[in-house]
Amino acid sequence: MYKDLLYYLIFPGFIFISVAGAFLSWFDRKITAWVQFRKGPPLLQPFYDFFKLLLVKETILPASGSRLTFLMSPVFGLTGACLSGILIMLPALGLKSGFSGDMIVIFYMLTIPSLTYMIGALAAGNPLAAVGASREMKLIISYELTFLLVIAAVILKADLAVTVQDIILAQGEKGPFVGSLSGILLFIAFVFCMQAKLGLVPFDMAEAETEITHGSFIEYSGTAYALIRLTKYMMLFILPAFLCVTLLGGFRTDGIHLLWTVLKMIGVVLLITLIRNTNPRVRIDQAMRFFFIWMNLLVIVAIVLIYFGL
Amino acid sequence: MGFKEYCFKKSLWLFHFGGASCNNCDIEILACLTPRFDVERFGMQLVGTIRHADVLLVNGSINQKDKVRLLELYEQAPKPILVVAIGACGCTGGIFAQGNTFAGPVDKIIPVDAYIPGCPPKPEAIIAGIVKLLHK
Repeated sequence: MYKDLLYYLIFPGFIFISVAGAFLSWFDRKITAWVQFRKGPPLLQPFYDFFKLLLVKETILPASGSRLTFLMSPVFGLTGACLSGILIMLPALGLKSGFSGDMIVIFYMLTIPSLTYMIGALAAGNPLAAVGASREMKLIISYELTFLLVIAAVILKADLAVTVQDIILAQGEKGPFVGSLSGILLFIAFVFCMQAKLGLVPFDMAEAETEITHGSFIEYSGTAYALIRLTKYMMLFILPAFLCVTLLGGFRTDGIHLLWTVLKMIGVVLLITLIRNTNPRVRIDQAMRFFFIWMNLLVIVAIVLIYFGL
Repeated sequence: MGFKEYCFKKSLWLFHFGGASCNNCDIEILACLTPRFDVERFGMQLVGTIRHADVLLVNGSINQKDKVRLLELYEQAPKPILVVAIGACGCTGGIFAQGNTFAGPVDKIIPVDAYIPGCPPKPEAIIAGIVKLLHK
């Protein structure tokens, strides 16, 4: 009982994921700065930002719009991120076996943060927030199908294993899935879905800073915004971790393998940071076409290849 | 210095309000954010909405129409907020001080925490002003 609580709140759970995600967020900002020939922020910058928002700043509630929904949606977003993180990390580190079909639960939990950003934005009663929410909604519609197809393909590749642990074990026998032709296609599709889920640059139209001034988050300040930042830090850890588990062979923490685990995570975050720094923002219709036609086609080709055992 | 105050000083997010400016100060503010002077070293970054801001940068002469908007922005900002008046126009009114539509320098409208004079102030001067603001 106490051990479970420890798992959920401290080691692979809430505290660990937030701290690791905050460091990854610093890494993201630092690489961005280096790409632009700048120096970049100090190591503890994400923590300063978070504690400043949490402890110092005033939280302003919207005069028009639903205050309770506005305040509660970041809390639900954080809960969703936390639950999906724990469901991924427990089997990934070999602490618990998980349950049958936990891939499906993880898929739904990973949707909750984006969904709550949208609900919170609609509750804010700000026209720009409503624009951001409508874009977020269209973005969810476009990438979710691709993401579900990727997960289905991974399950198919692991001989219809629907638990995270069985997928890791299957990769232990055959080698990481990304080593095959279909695995490479799935990796590409997964990285773009991840980019859209994290709201990073080719698909950041929901919070386009220069266009609709932070869109969905325009009315958030103080503690509520601190929770949103925390959710974002956590998602920056959870989605690369999910990619590592499903396609890159999972985590191992014994001896030298710990180094490979850390390098895998850093490599994935480096990849998405470089994509975000070298691409322009696309329009929402371009994003929809990109996912509906090209990414879905890519994943379907991968599924066909899996049938032929490639 | 307490933990809260330390975090606040390490992570100032800037919001830029340009009044009836000649755009020279705006360019110098942008120069602070770009590679050579990079204020993100000190944890500062430009944000798009006043709800996230910790520092309100005001430049340009404030005329009758700007005054209303500046007051509204100041009221919308989550407290604590620091106000920095940049450039001769922001600090005193500069050459517009005798103008017909001029509505007073920034400190007549909202409380100002730091003044950075110059026409326009160099990026070094802006950074020096912000350092003085942090040690205040």
